[in-house]
Amino acid sequence: MLLRELAHARAGDKGNISNISVIAYDPKDYPLLERCLTAERVKAHLGEIAGGEVRRYALPGIGALNFVLQNALSGGVTRSLALDAHGKTLGSALLGLDLTHYIDNDFKET
Amino acid sequence: MKRIRIGCGAGYSGDRLEPAVELAEQGEIDYLVFECLAERTIALAQRARMIDPEAGYDPLLAERMRAVLATCSRKGIRIVTNMGAANPLAAAARVREIADSLGLVGLKVAAVTGDDVLATVRAGDYRDDTGQPIARFGERLLSANAYIGAQALADALAQGADVVITGRAADPALVLAPLIHEFGWAMDDWHRLGQGTLVGHLLECAGQITGGYFADPGYKDVAGLARLGFPIGEVAEDGTVIITKVRGSGGQVTAATCKEQLLYEIHDPRAYLTPDVVADFSGVRITELGLDRVLVEGATGHPRPPTLKVSIGYVDSYVGEGQMSYAGPGALARARLALAIVEERLRITGVQTSEIRYDIIGVNAMHRDALAAASECEPYEVRIRVAGRTDSLGEAQRIANEVESLYTCGPAGGGGAFKSARDIVAVASVLLPRALVHPAAHIEETGHAAA
Repeated sequence: MLLRELAHARAGDKGNISNISVIAYDPKDYPLLERCLTAERVKAHLGEIAGGEVRRYALPGIGALNFVLQNALSGGVTRSLALDAHGKTLGSALLGLDLTHYIDNDFKET
Repeated sequence: MKRIRIGCGAGYSGDRLEPAVELAEQGEIDYLVFECLAERTIALAQRARMIDPEAGYDPLLAERMRAVLATCSRKGIRIVTNMGAANPLAAAARVREIADSLGLVGLKVAAVTGDDVLATVRAGDYRDDTGQPIARFGERLLSANAYIGAQALADALAQGADVVITGRAADPALVLAPLIHEFGWAMDDWHRLGQGTLVGHLLECAGQITGGYFADPGYKDVAGLARLGFPIGEVAEDGTVIITKVRGSGGQVTAATCKEQLLYEIHDPRAYLTPDVVADFSGVRITELGLDRVLVEGATGHPRPPTLKVSIGYVDSYVGEGQMSYAGPGALARARLALAIVEERLRITGVQTSEIRYDIIGVNAMHRDALAAASECEPYEVRIRVAGRTDSLGEAQRIANEVESLYTCGPAGGGGAFKSARDIVAVASVLLPRALVHPAAHIEETGHAAA
């Protein structure tokens, strides 16, 4: 199951830092997201786009996670050679993360 | 209980014009805010002003003002905007001219200045966010503008300004200033300033909270995006806000649209740094009250930072870019061959680049190869794109030309070439002690002669 089935996302830029919010459609799914969607897994999924540190902030009150990606924008919107210099499409890249494996494994262990 | 209704009529410089007219005419608003200044805009505006001392403000200022000024004047709606960009004084003069031409007598237009700290920064020994001295930019340094807070804007409102035009104020300050003015909030009432900053943050991107930048068919459907309504924040004295829009306009205001905008461009939700307060959004609560009415509350705040962020604009480099499309059977193979040819050409002709990208639009231009590999279908058509950074415009043009000459020298069936070579104005940031920045409001009234 893709993350897209459980959550929506929006990416924002500040300088060379991108942030991607991931928001559960149904607050009941938030604990699963908090458990499965770690900063390490987000970094691994995005591959070379997320070359720098990835930090996660949890907002359980609104059922959301906020991922902050350092050095993710090729120098930032004013300097980047990328077609999408803002990294606005990164939210969609993250929604393509396949949770199936993580859900199966994480919940088998308990 | 007193409530102030603030509409946001633009979320960026080129935003649609009519939603602000709709807000002014039907929104029953007290304030109309236009947020039109991005990170780099002010550097480009500064450069325009160097060429023409009367230029350097937002190119759509006159058009936006002509569209709303008479209605706002008639209804007593006050306008707050950062469309002054690099030249708030000239922008204010232009607005007075427009007011005169519309026969609007006694309209008070304020310019808020003080964000331009280029002389201060040039005279000092400062380092940017990378830790390097900014002296290295030398003559390439174009602009230095401090993110100023809400105080000078609120002062202008207290002096009776109907229109307040500033340059590089922090975006949420455009909304925070009316709240400080109307409710008499103290400048160290951190919790109210934090909640007011939240209101500003939610409204500042205009349609991004009313269903714009949100639709994903089958998952998040939004009706009426072609006539999207822009947001209204209905704010109470304690800073809690109901986000809504004009009844019958397109789009939607839901908990989900508010959550996406709440976290837009936020890093640590406990510490959103602004000139007026360090806002804490971590405990925000969002409740749908009814159709297109969402209550947002629970932001708090901590004392403001001792320094102000200064955005520095400088000429960084030159970029040459070329694009070409391939379609039909074998399109992807011909695109790959085309990129390989350009790469070899740049090598054998000795074009010097410090950085270069070879993209196939339709395959890997957005998220590079690892994510693209997961998609198995081959697109019907693709477009190659080569973009390289150089030290001179001439060198940049050579990159663009190497892509264009694929027409006659490259693979079969290339079409739709595009090329460009341009200089790049980039931004860096510096922190400046507050005492070195002096925001001030200058108010002038439109003449009575035009009446």
